[in-house]
Amino acid sequence: MEDPNGNAIIKAVILIGGPQKGTRFRPLSLDVPKPLTPVAGYPLVQHLIESCIHVPSVKEVLILGYYPADEITPFISEIGPLYSSIKIRYLQEYTRLGTAGGIYHFRDQIRAGLSNTSCFILINGDVCGDFPLSEMLEFHSIKRDIPALLTVLATEATRQQSSNSNFGCIVEDKNSHRITHYVEKPETFVSTLINCGVYICSLDLFPCISKIFSQRQANYYAGEIQDNNGDCWESIALEKDIITPSVGNTGCVYVYRSNRMWSQVKTAGSAIYANRHYLALYRERQPERLANSRCKTRNTPCKIIGDVFIHQTAQIDPTCVIGPNVSIGKNVVVGPGVRIKESIILGDSVIQDHSLVMYTIVGWNGMIGKWTRVEGTPCDPNPNKPFAKMDNVPLFNDEGKLNPSITILGCHVRVPSEVVVLNSIVLPYKELSRSFSNEIIL
Amino acid sequence: MKSSESSSIGNMKALILVGGYGTRLRPLTLFRPKPLVEFANKPILVHQLDALVAAGVTQVGITLIFSHETEPLGTAGPLALAREILSSNPEPFFVLNADITCEFPFKEMVQFHKGHGKEGTIVVTRVEEPSKYGVVVCAEDGMIQRFVEKPQEFVSNKINAGMYIFNPSILDRIEVKPTSIEKEIFPAMADSGNLYAFELQGYWMDIGQPKDFLVGMCLHLTSLKAKGAKLATGDGIVGNVLVIGPNCRIGPNVTIGPDVIIEEGVCIKRSTIMKGSKIKSHSWLDSSIVGWNCVIGKWVRMENVTVLGEDVIVSDEVYINGGKVLPHKAISASVPEPQIIM
Repeated sequence: MEDPNGNAIIKAVILIGGPQKGTRFRPLSLDVPKPLTPVAGYPLVQHLIESCIHVPSVKEVLILGYYPADEITPFISEIGPLYSSIKIRYLQEYTRLGTAGGIYHFRDQIRAGLSNTSCFILINGDVCGDFPLSEMLEFHSIKRDIPALLTVLATEATRQQSSNSNFGCIVEDKNSHRITHYVEKPETFVSTLINCGVYICSLDLFPCISKIFSQRQANYYAGEIQDNNGDCWESIALEKDIITPSVGNTGCVYVYRSNRMWSQVKTAGSAIYANRHYLALYRERQPERLANSRCKTRNTPCKIIGDVFIHQTAQIDPTCVIGPNVSIGKNVVVGPGVRIKESIILGDSVIQDHSLVMYTIVGWNGMIGKWTRVEGTPCDPNPNKPFAKMDNVPLFNDEGKLNPSITILGCHVRVPSEVVVLNSIVLPYKELSRSFSNEIIL
Repeated sequence: MKSSESSSIGNMKALILVGGYGTRLRPLTLFRPKPLVEFANKPILVHQLDALVAAGVTQVGITLIFSHETEPLGTAGPLALAREILSSNPEPFFVLNADITCEFPFKEMVQFHKGHGKEGTIVVTRVEEPSKYGVVVCAEDGMIQRFVEKPQEFVSNKINAGMYIFNPSILDRIEVKPTSIEKEIFPAMADSGNLYAFELQGYWMDIGQPKDFLVGMCLHLTSLKAKGAKLATGDGIVGNVLVIGPNCRIGPNVTIGPDVIIEEGVCIKRSTIMKGSKIKSHSWLDSSIVGWNCVIGKWVRMENVTVLGEDVIVSDEVYINGGKVLPHKAISASVPEPQIIM
């Protein structure tokens, strides 16, 4: 099928996983599925949807995951009307099927309406960034002796980060950009070129997965494989099961390099980083989303520094100083003389007079008293190292001490007046009664 | 006609012992002698001088003793040095440690001393945890029986408050060699029944360390209030020129020196702000001492006995937890754990 301009229709698939995933995003993911956590004012998955919508030939976005449908569909119905030119649907996996297993399970829904020569966009839900999808599509369709089965978006990382089991590492043929070697999360150095989790897939991918599926099924019936780790035998990983065997000099997997903004969003700390980068993208492409101190007509009569998102229903006192890199959600109330920087304040929270909030995520319905200081430590990539990526630092260091991180207040947390909360993680519904530093507060 | 009592106090002399380098009160005392550090907006020394003048004392000697700070409560050396002056008439004289704050009941001390007629009077004060101090054991009439250093079991809750009255005859007990008045002279006087304890009413604090300085300040202000002194209430003028912005909350237990500027939305509790300092908007200070001519930025938080020396500049949004900052420093990064900043 073609759109009215004669371009082949394509679809986009976003894999959001399920409730057993995203645990490093706690305590925020305890209450709201991680993909629905707002960053720069909009849920993480909505940013991914929007990046697909910017590609004109995309007519449908399919969201795949194993969250119960009632957790995701209200969000889909809410945002649907905003994007009238495309359809958005949630398809629920009955169990964890893996990156390739999920799309295989829903192959009919994905293929429906696409011509045989068409392709689809596949995005892993735990990344964020400015993806060059149109350029990737163009690159994918280049006429080649061996047509591309898959195009993998890749970016440069540091040597150290690419060899500590965080990323899929790629070796390419410099002329053809064919992937000649691929290792998922190697423990030693393979390459500084890493997989961004964003792909263009030809429909020929399905027969490939089908082969693996049939093989697995045969083995399963022969009693040769058992379900392990809660992953059923149908769980198929795109990286390990498809890309790794399909690379080589005669392979059909290509790489598209980009050094635009990209990051994994695994830990809540990376949400602060993602927040900053999405706000910077607004400045470039959707400045109307940013609060602007020069624009007095919007609800931002206070002093704004740098990029700031303020939901139109939020009430901010004129004596506040907000920014840089702050997102303030729905119905938030910020009292006089408050300073907020490098933070995300989620909906219905209240921050009272003279308080300071920095490098912090305040969960929904949070309450911060007067003259209170809520502060975290940024865990941004080292700005002095080119291509450095967000490190997914574990919560505790080798000595068993909490690594300094951003401060996260779960939903409905109350912080009293005049205390300091430093580098701490507070679980939902907790009423603090004193100051805390470097603690997880149950 | 003067009463005999007031004419006799008028002839009395006082010797104030001011400690050496005042290292315990650093960084406030790094470039400024401790007696000249303002306690509740008045140099420490002046509190005693004022009280002595009010009691009618006419001649005050001030001696500097450079001693190890492990024995803060003076030695006998200065008395020997001042022998000629102190023994110029037969009237008893005061010996006062400069590091303490209390209500200075000098008249009552003299009355008590003349009442028992013996060689010496020590002012004692009750403490909650006597095991940390040397205690004084005395009879009901105040005659001191013995001294016990850091008693393991309760024998008394009275400790030496660092204020004495002596007859000039005490000078005969003191030799020219270095002598600890507390350890050598007092026990001998007590043995011969010549030393009496005057029990102090009201508050008492050794203010030689920042933590105790703040405790002393709270006690002093509470006492001033109880005596009906007019303390500042609400937004107002304290000291010479003080600007307090709107939406501030100052107190309880705060002293603010002259020429201090406090901007909008500042909260200060249990702290001393010395002359000429500026606290910018929305900052929060608790249990801190801000030295002279400091500038504290916006949204700064200081607590847990943070002490800033003279001319320290603290950047906006910085947090200082128990920092001791030496003079003329600029602090631009937070100090989340107690430490000394050179």
